[in-house]
Amino acid sequence: MKVSLSWLKEYVALEWDAERLAEGLTMAGLEVDALYDRFEYLRHIKVAQVKSVAAHPNADKLKICEVSTGSENATVVCGAPNVSAGMMTALALPGTVLPDGRTLTETKIRGVVSHGMLCSEAELELGTDQSGIWELSEELPLGASLAEALHLSDFVLEIDLTPNRPDCLSLIGIAREAAALQGKTLQYPDIKRTDPGQAISDLTSVTIEDPDLCPRYTARLIDGITIGPSPAWLQDRVRSVGMRPINNVVDVTNFVMMELGQPLHAFDFDRLAGHRIIVRRARQGETFISLDNKTRVLDSEMLMICDGEKPVGIGGVMGGLNSEVRASTQRVLLESACFQPVSIRRTAKRLNLNSEASHRFERGVDPQGALAALNRAAQLIAELGQGSLVDGHIDVHPGAQEIPPIRLDVARTNRLLGTSISAEEICRLLQAIEIKAESSENGAFIDSWPPSFRVDIHQPEDLLEEIARLWGYGRIKTSVPRVATGSARPNRTLDVKRAVRSFMNGFGFTEAITYSFISAHAVDQLRLAEDDARRNTVRILNPLTEDQNVMRTSLVPGLVETAVRNIAQQIKDLKIFEIGKTFISRGIDNQPDESVILAALWTGARHESIWNRDTVPCDFYDIKGVLEGLLFGLRLARIQFIRSEGRQAPYLRCGAAADIVIAGQRVGCLGEMHETVLADFNLKQPAFLFEIDLDRLTHLIPESPQAVPLPRYPSTSRDITLIVDDDLEAQAVLLGIREKDHELVEDVSIFDVFKGHPIPAGKKSLSLRVIYRSPRGTLEDETVNTIHRELTHQLLTAFKADLPS
Amino acid sequence: MDKSIDEIYQEAHDALVGVSDLEALEAINVRYLGRKGRLTAFLRNIASLPPEQRAEAGKKANIAKKKLEAAIKDHGERLKAGVEKREEGIDVSLPGRPLTPGALHPITRITREICDIFERMGFSIAEGPEVELDYYNFEALNVPKYHPARDMQDTFYVSDNIVLRTQTSPMQIRVMEKQSPPVAVIAPGKVYRCDSDLTHTPMFHQVEGLLVDDQVSFADLKGTLTAFVHAMFDAQTSLRFRPSFFPFTEPSAEVDILCVMCRGKGCRVCSHSGWLEILGSGMVHPNVFRSVGYDTTQYSGFAFGMGVERIAMLKYGIDDIRKFFNNDLRFLRQF
Repeated sequence: MKVSLSWLKEYVALEWDAERLAEGLTMAGLEVDALYDRFEYLRHIKVAQVKSVAAHPNADKLKICEVSTGSENATVVCGAPNVSAGMMTALALPGTVLPDGRTLTETKIRGVVSHGMLCSEAELELGTDQSGIWELSEELPLGASLAEALHLSDFVLEIDLTPNRPDCLSLIGIAREAAALQGKTLQYPDIKRTDPGQAISDLTSVTIEDPDLCPRYTARLIDGITIGPSPAWLQDRVRSVGMRPINNVVDVTNFVMMELGQPLHAFDFDRLAGHRIIVRRARQGETFISLDNKTRVLDSEMLMICDGEKPVGIGGVMGGLNSEVRASTQRVLLESACFQPVSIRRTAKRLNLNSEASHRFERGVDPQGALAALNRAAQLIAELGQGSLVDGHIDVHPGAQEIPPIRLDVARTNRLLGTSISAEEICRLLQAIEIKAESSENGAFIDSWPPSFRVDIHQPEDLLEEIARLWGYGRIKTSVPRVATGSARPNRTLDVKRAVRSFMNGFGFTEAITYSFISAHAVDQLRLAEDDARRNTVRILNPLTEDQNVMRTSLVPGLVETAVRNIAQQIKDLKIFEIGKTFISRGIDNQPDESVILAALWTGARHESIWNRDTVPCDFYDIKGVLEGLLFGLRLARIQFIRSEGRQAPYLRCGAAADIVIAGQRVGCLGEMHETVLADFNLKQPAFLFEIDLDRLTHLIPESPQAVPLPRYPSTSRDITLIVDDDLEAQAVLLGIREKDHELVEDVSIFDVFKGHPIPAGKKSLSLRVIYRSPRGTLEDETVNTIHRELTHQLLTAFKADLPS
Repeated sequence: MDKSIDEIYQEAHDALVGVSDLEALEAINVRYLGRKGRLTAFLRNIASLPPEQRAEAGKKANIAKKKLEAAIKDHGERLKAGVEKREEGIDVSLPGRPLTPGALHPITRITREICDIFERMGFSIAEGPEVELDYYNFEALNVPKYHPARDMQDTFYVSDNIVLRTQTSPMQIRVMEKQSPPVAVIAPGKVYRCDSDLTHTPMFHQVEGLLVDDQVSFADLKGTLTAFVHAMFDAQTSLRFRPSFFPFTEPSAEVDILCVMCRGKGCRVCSHSGWLEILGSGMVHPNVFRSVGYDTTQYSGFAFGMGVERIAMLKYGIDDIRKFFNNDLRFLRQF
C-alpha cells in the first residue's frame, strides 16, 4: 500500500514529518517498508534557457538547440514545435532517470549527438500537456533543479499491511491511524448525499440471485458524459500511489478506491443487454473475457455480474471487455458493492487473477461504506465528464447485519497484557480509532461497538490487541513467567541424535544438511527394485524445479551429490554424514511414514596427508570401523553384519555390502557404492557408506550401562591359526566360539587373515586369539591347554578347517 | 679484601652464561666454590674482619654461596637435558599425525544453542512431522482455507489436505492436543516454502516456542524473549516489540533486535534501519485454544517462532543463505 503524504494531509493535519510518521505507524503495527520522495527525479532536471535554435541538417522536424543552465552549456536535439530561442524550459542531462524508468543517455539523433533532452510536462508527469516542451516562467532561477524551483516534494510511504487490516487499504484508513497517533481529528471528504428521486429505477434494476456471495450491491447512473483524460490533479493523485491514469471515469474509480477503500466498477450502460444487472453464480465451464483481454473459464462457484443476457464482470475481481467504458461511452452505470471474502479469494486463486479489488474484497470491505463511495465517485465522474447524475440510487442489501457489542473485562485485559491501564484510558484509546467504547459497572467492564470497517474485530482479544498497540508495546513492562519445570521430560531421540553427532564429529565426519526434496529420478539412480518401498515417494504438487519434486526416501542421493559438488571444488577426501528424515508415502491423502536416518559417506584418502606417511585410499573396513565405533559408543551389543543379498541396498557393490543387524533387528546397511550408481551420479572415485534407522536404533540402546565387576585374577591367552575355505566368514568362527559360552573363555578376536603362498588356493588362514580367565582363581597352564585343545578340535570339525602345516 | 661478596657473586654468575659443557661448568664450580675457590676464600677471611662487621658479612656471604650453588646445579641439569636432546632429537616443529574432528552443521549448532537456552528456563523439546496435515499447519492455527493469511507463506502441497509444513507452529497444536496445561515446549525443525532467491531457500529451519499456564501475560512474553536474546547475543542487545499480525496469536509482536553489526547506526545488513527482525510472537489466540479444547477463561499463553538460518547468519557473519545447503566442506569446517 502506497501512501502519498500530500494526499494524506487532505484528511489529517500532520505535525510529524515523514520519518517520524513512518516510525509511528511501524510501531503501531503498520510496517513502513520504504519511504521516498516521489519527485526525487526532479532534482536532476534543471531549469535551462534555450540560447539558439538551428535547423537539423538531416531532418526537417528536428532542431539543434544550444541550451544553458548558467553554469553549463549543452547541445540538444529537439523535435518540439514550440522550441524557440530565449525560452525557459526543463533540461534533463544524460544519466537522469525519467519517471517512466528510462535512463537518459547521450544519443546520436540523425547524425547529431544530443547531450540531453528538453522535456514536456507530460514527460515529467507534472501535467497533461504533451504538445511541446514545457515553457517555464522566466522568474525561475536558471540552473536550479525543478524540484527546488517548483517546490515539488512529496514523500511516499510504502506500507506492508498485514492481512487483518483491510481498513488501512485506503488513505482514509491510514489517516485514521495517523490521527490517533498524534491525537488529531480525522477529516472525512465532503460527500453529498444522493439527490432524492427515483429516476434511476425507471432506467435500470439490480437483482441479486446469490446473496450469500453478494450481501450488498449499490449503483448509480451518470448520463451524458464525455470521456477524456483526467485533470492534472487527479492524474497526479492516481500516480502518487503508483497507478497509471487512464481516463476521467476509471481514474475516479481508482481515486475513490484508494481514498475510501471501496473498489468500484464503471460499466458502459449502453452495452448492458436489457440495461440491467443480475448478480449470480457462473455456469460451469462458461467462458468470459476479462478487461485484461484474457479468456477465463468459469466454474459454478464464481460470482458473476451479468446483464440481461451474459456475464459482464467477475464480481469483485475484474470487469469484462464487453462492457468496458470506452471513448464513445455516454452513460455509465457505477457499481459499489460488497462481496463475500472467501468466494472472492477462491475465484481469484482459481483464475490466478489478483486485482486491487480482489485484494480488498478477500480481506473484507466495509459493507456500510458502499453508498458513500458510490456517491463520492458518481459526483466526481459527473463533474469531470461534464455529465449529469440520474436521480436516486439502487441499494440492494439483503444481508444487512447489526454488529453486537463486545464486553471487555478490564481486570482480565490488564492481567493478560501485564499492565494497569484504567478503564477511562482504554476507552480513550479505542475511541481514537472510532471504536465506540463506554465503561460500565464502575469501570470494571467496557462495552464497545467496533465500526463496520473493522471487519477484524469480533471478540475481546481483538480489542486487547488494539489497546496494546495504541498504548505502545514498549510501555508494557517485562516479567519472568513461572515455568513448570516438571513438564520437562528427557527426550531419548534427541539425546541419541546428539550423541551420534558427537561421535561422528569425533571420528572426523562433518555434518551436512541436504534438501529433503530430491528428483523423482533418484530412485532409479539408486537401482531400487520395482517393489521397493522407497519407490513410494511423496510427490509435491507444485515443486520449484523438477529436480526437487519428491520427498526423499533415502539420504544417499543427497550425500553423493554433496560429494560430487565438493570433488568439483578439489576437495577429494570427504567424510560426511547427515541426520535427517526420509518419507515413505502411505497414499496421497495420508501423512507418510517419517523415519530419522543417519547416513555417512567416506570417499578419498584414509588419512589426511602428512609428511611421514603415504595417503592410502579408504576402504570398506574404514567405514565399518567408524560404524562399529559408533555402535560401541552407544553401548549397543549383539551386533551382526550379514552379507547383503542386494535387494535392500542395490546401490551397494554386491559382495561388499552388509546388513547391520542388532539384537535380531535390521537397522541399516553398509558397503561400497555400486559402480553403476557412482557413474550415474557422476562420482568418479570409490565411495563407502552406511545408513542406520535412528528410530529403530534408539529402542535398542540400553537405558543406562550396568557395571560389571573388574576381574580379580589374571587372564591367559592362546592363539590358533586355522586354514579354512576362503568364503568362510570370520564372523561365523567368532560366533561359533562365543555361542559355546564356555565359562572360562572371556573373549576371542581375530588378529590375522592371510591368503596366498604357502596357503593353498581357495583357502585362507585365520588367526584367532582366545582370552581365558576364571573368576575363581589364576588359571593353571595345564587347565588352559586342555580347554584350548578341546576348542581347537571343535573348530577344526565345525568349519572343516586344518591347522597350518 | 679486594672485592666485595656481591662482586664475586656477580662475576661467577656472569661466567655461567654461555657455558655449554659440563667440564667448563665444573671448572667454574671449582674456581668459586672449591676448597681454594674465591667465594670460599672470602668466607675464610671473614674471621679477620672487625668483630662488629663479622656477623653481617657472614650472613651475606652464606646467602651468595647458596645462590651460586643452586645456579650451578640448575645449569648443570639444563646441560644434561640438552645432551639428551641432541642424542635422540626430533623436529618437534613438524605437524603431528592429524586426528581432525568433523564439524557440526552451523544450523545444528545454532538450533542446539537456542534449545539449550530455553531448556535452562524449563522448556522441554518436542519434534513432529514435516509432511503435515493442512489442519495442523493452518486450520487449527486459525487460518481457514481461502484465508488471505495463507498468502503470507507460499506452501508446497502434496494434496488438498497435506502440505509440507510451512512453519513449526503445528507443533503447538500437536503438543496441546496431547497434554493439558501447564505447557512449556520448544519445537525445532525443518520447514518448507516454495520460495527460492538470494534470501530464501525452499527449505529452512525454525524453532517454535509455546508457554501455556494460568496467568501468562504479554509482559511474560517480553521478559522471556528478552532473556533469550540476551543469552543468544549479549546483554547489550536491545529489543523492540512491534505490533504485527499472525493468525494464531493476538496481540502479535515482531521482535526486532538492535543490529548486531552496526549497533543501530544503520548498515547493509539491517537495510540502514538499525534494527533486525528475528522473531515473531504473540499471545495464543483464543481460537487456537478452542481448537484444542483448552478453557480460554482459565488459561493464557504465548507462542513465538524464529528462523534458525537468520540467527546463524547474524551470529556467524554468513552473507548468503544458500551456503547452508551447498555443503561445501570449506564452509562447513568453519563451525
